[in-house]
Amino acid sequence: MTIFKHELRQGKTALLIWTAAIAFLLMVCVLIFPEMQGDMDAAGDLFASMGSFTAAFGMDRLNFGTLTGFYAVECGNILGLGGAFFASLAGVSMLSKEEKENTAEFLLTHPVSRVRVVTEKLAALLTEITAMNLAILALSLLSMRLIKESIPWKEIMLLHGAYFLLQLELAGVCFGLSAFLHRGSAGAGIGLAAAMYFLNLIANMTEQAKFLKLITPFGYCDGADLIAAGRLNAGYTAVGMLFACVGIAAAYWKYGGKDIP
Amino acid sequence: MNAIQIEDLTKYYGKTRGIEHISLTIRRGAFYGFIGPNGAGKSTTIRTLLGLIRPSGGRAWILGMDTVREREKILARVGYLPSEVSFYPGMRVRDILKLSADLRRRDCGEMSGRLCERLQLDTARRADELSLGNRKKAAIVCALQHEPELLIFDEPTSGLDPLMQREFFEILKERNKEGATVFLSSHVLSEIQHNCTDAAIIKDGRILTEGSVAELSGTGTKRVHIRGSVDCTSLTDCSSLTGLKDLHVTPGHVDFLYRGDMNALLRVLSGGDIQDFTVAEPDLEEVFLHFYERGGGGI
Repeated sequence: MTIFKHELRQGKTALLIWTAAIAFLLMVCVLIFPEMQGDMDAAGDLFASMGSFTAAFGMDRLNFGTLTGFYAVECGNILGLGGAFFASLAGVSMLSKEEKENTAEFLLTHPVSRVRVVTEKLAALLTEITAMNLAILALSLLSMRLIKESIPWKEIMLLHGAYFLLQLELAGVCFGLSAFLHRGSAGAGIGLAAAMYFLNLIANMTEQAKFLKLITPFGYCDGADLIAAGRLNAGYTAVGMLFACVGIAAAYWKYGGKDIP
Repeated sequence: MNAIQIEDLTKYYGKTRGIEHISLTIRRGAFYGFIGPNGAGKSTTIRTLLGLIRPSGGRAWILGMDTVREREKILARVGYLPSEVSFYPGMRVRDILKLSADLRRRDCGEMSGRLCERLQLDTARRADELSLGNRKKAAIVCALQHEPELLIFDEPTSGLDPLMQREFFEILKERNKEGATVFLSSHVLSEIQHNCTDAAIIKDGRILTEGSVAELSGTGTKRVHIRGSVDCTSLTDCSSLTGLKDLHVTPGHVDFLYRGDMNALLRVLSGGDIQDFTVAEPDLEEVFLHFYERGGGGI
């Protein structure tokens, strides 16, 4: 577990910063909800009249006046994007940073197999994502308690669970990419996460682009869909997890036989 | 069992040549020098041996184990010092040494402490604040603290001051006396000549020559330098002067390599006007330059 522990120590600062930033923004949104609640009827009418933009963010199907509806949109934007960026960045740099920082030679001239390196790094990545999500969930629930709202447990767990899966998928795919990259991997991670987010916005705007939900993990994390259905879309989720598994398998395959320049 | 055995090892990076058909045998307990300038293939050979890169052809064994199939077992018994040392950012030297020991599942605290003291390495300092020399020292401790049977060092002295270089070679000699095999690459010929028992010269990815340092430097060949004038046609045309090579004639000076009967040489030279006359063993640098500048072919 040496590599696992070493990875957690190396990634500690980034994890704390991302967790604090996402949790802080989520908490602020929840804490201002009571103040905004009174204005939500008018705001809801305004949001409902923005055509494609309304559909893109699922605001035509959610009631902004309820904590669930408000949280679904805010959570989608803050936890969805923030979590996606963190998972992608952490995943895409996990293997490639060793070559970028010229530490691969140090690591791989010790008696450790490449399978062990990939496995322990993957375990560290999954641990970081899990820890971040648990901390954010706890702080989010705390903020709901602070505003004395009853917690919509099922919806909250469904939303957070879906975003956790989204992060796992992006982390898995980016982890696979990481094995192929030598340096400059951050752009690839951020770019992929942003592209997936916008693909979902397009998929929400028109029926013809609905198939994009099969590609983007934001497809099974759409707050409006989740609240309306009360469950994850099994098909989209299964495809997403398949992408993650392919990414992880690619990492094992590529890193196992890769020349370290 | 040999420490290192390489058979027909070849590595191409796409179409670019790395090394071609390298074969070497390094016996256990040797202090072996691997000589060549930048780009000759020294690091590629070493990285292939350590499993960092996969060979395009050929095979190699370290301590009797296949370098591709038994990589982890080999690395447990090898200490490696790279030519360019990089550590994880933000870590202190003591954390790096501990990480290295943990990756080997060994407690190397005592040996690490002794080596740090000898190399005057401050373990409390952050790795990213270290000078090149101190980074090198930290890497040397990482390579030696688990007391490996085989030491593979790639350009080990770059960045070390002369005192530290001396201490470093003292440590290597002690390890060598205790039975460890040392394989070091360098383009500093004097350090190979002064420390190694055997050596190989690599050029353009191919081994040009190998053997004991004494053989490579001498091989019965002498560097003859004459101040004065000699009839050079008598030198080159004389049938009794076999083994005369590398003749350089400048006004007042004649210089050549000679491997033959000294009496025959003296008889020819006695016909000239000689003011001074020196006969010396050629040093390794001369052997090296011979191979590199004049196309090789045995000295």
